Amino acid sequence: MIAARGIVKRFGDFTALDGVSVDVPTGSLTALLGPSGSGKSTLLRVIAGLEQPDEGKVSLDGEDATRLPPQSRGVGFVFQHYAAFKHMTVWDNVAFGLTIRRRPSREIKQRVTELLELVQLVGLAKRYPAQLSGGQRQRMGLARALAVDPKVLLLDEPFGALDARVRKELRVWLRRLHDETHTTTVIVTHDQEEAMDVADRVVVMNAGRIEQAAPPRELYDHPANEFVMSFVGPVNRLGDTFIRPHDVELLLEPNGSTQEAMVQRLVHLGFEVRVELVRDDGETLSAQLTREQVEALELQGGQIVYVRPTRQTVFSD
Amino acid sequence: MIAKYALRFVSLGYLAVLLVAPIGFVFWQTFEHGVGPAWDTVATPDALHALKVTLILTAIAVPANTIFGVLCALAIVRHRYPGAGIVNAVVDLPLALSPVVVGLALLVLYGRGGWLGGHGIVFALPGMVLATIFVSLPFVVREVVPVLREIGTEQEQVAATLGASAFQTFRRVTWPAIRWATLYGVVLTTARALGEFGAVSVVSGRLAGQTESLTLYVQDRYQSFDNTGAYAAAVLLALLALATLLLMTRLKPNEGVQ
Repeated sequence: MIAARGIVKRFGDFTALDGVSVDVPTGSLTALLGPSGSGKSTLLRVIAGLEQPDEGKVSLDGEDATRLPPQSRGVGFVFQHYAAFKHMTVWDNVAFGLTIRRRPSREIKQRVTELLELVQLVGLAKRYPAQLSGGQRQRMGLARALAVDPKVLLLDEPFGALDARVRKELRVWLRRLHDETHTTTVIVTHDQEEAMDVADRVVVMNAGRIEQAAPPRELYDHPANEFVMSFVGPVNRLGDTFIRPHDVELLLEPNGSTQEAMVQRLVHLGFEVRVELVRDDGETLSAQLTREQVEALELQGGQIVYVRPTRQTVFSD
Repeated sequence: MIAKYALRFVSLGYLAVLLVAPIGFVFWQTFEHGVGPAWDTVATPDALHALKVTLILTAIAVPANTIFGVLCALAIVRHRYPGAGIVNAVVDLPLALSPVVVGLALLVLYGRGGWLGGHGIVFALPGMVLATIFVSLPFVVREVVPVLREIGTEQEQVAATLGASAFQTFRRVTWPAIRWATLYGVVLTTARALGEFGAVSVVSGRLAGQTESLTLYVQDRYQSFDNTGAYAAAVLLALLALATLLLMTRLKPNEGVQ
């Protein structure tokens, strides 16, 4: 288990981490989710030993690791921009950690072959990083990190530099990889969909603090505060009330608990349709419907409808 | 179309008039009466000694400035500490200062009555070595610093998490990335060390056959109205510099895989 306690990290006047405590259970896949500048990458680097905290403690499997150099922490680290060793082949990149540890060449050969199979790069072993696509480079980065059997795998926005389609593929692939290897993994991302998709637990960070740590479903259904509510999914804010677009019901006739609104625009997103509405008091909101629902209501731009939230959230603070 | 040819004409013309013509003229003057007379003047004891002095100066200054230059570049780029900016600026000092000023400064410091005044530094080989190191110091640093900045620190950090010590990281990750920049810096350092005149002139005392480097010898011959001797030594200097450049072109990798 990774345990961080009261981590404070300042860069000059900027406080990147403001007393952060978090647990990552052994074998879990945990996401650190937050906007840029929220401190999520800094926390990951503190766990890796690439950054020294000004206050607080980090322990790995019960041992205090706060002052350990990265070399002796047994962590694998993957960077957003791959950090490939440009002058080495794919094979040598993956073998790096084992070569440094002076493992027998038979063992290195066997292990690297296994890993290249795992990341589907067998045919590309002799290529240089510059000859690979972004997705291939990142899979090489993962294999390189896994080669030394790390206790913990730390991924810093690993798919952030890839295009949307490859990002989704790799996300699924990473989840499968984790289910096979059960390596304790922490992934940093600013993409809530990626975090919810891949992780068992999501830690939402903002301005150097943790807002909430929970499984994806709980995070979505019971957000601790406004920030989490609006960060983990689209949300309509009407005064103090927050309503998810899929919790907005549209009716053609008023029924007492409804409010009148006009359809401004229909945005077709395949199976789903986003209906952009403006209420008579000028407030705008959006509703998420299926295509069938939209067709049944025969919705059109400029049409008057009656809006009723089926579920809404109010935060007391 | 016209603009393209005009650009070529201007650039080639500029190079021809200002670079190629003077050097070509020196070559022509040297070999005007064939290779024999030129060879005879270069084979004199004083000329050979001057060549030896120049090679010694270069052989000390270049390795010293290469090792220091790489370390200094690492200190400038990879470490955040108060005064890093000052180090960065001071490295450029030899480029900004006239070599004569450098020579005088060394005289004041190490000469008779100087703060560190001692025996055998000024008007001797050690002083000339110091002067040569001083003027040829910035080149390796200036070549390596931008490359270090460009490659960033992530590769080095990954190496650390994979268990590599600082030295292993340097040898296996950082050095392969900066070695061609270093080599280019070495070539520039060598060229500067071979050709240094001003600073060496001030601290050497210019004793023919003792503290005369090849550049000083050229001027000495010229002032003694021995034009053939001056030209021949000048050609020798030029050939040394050309050989350095050619060596670098040969060593440079085919950058296919980068």
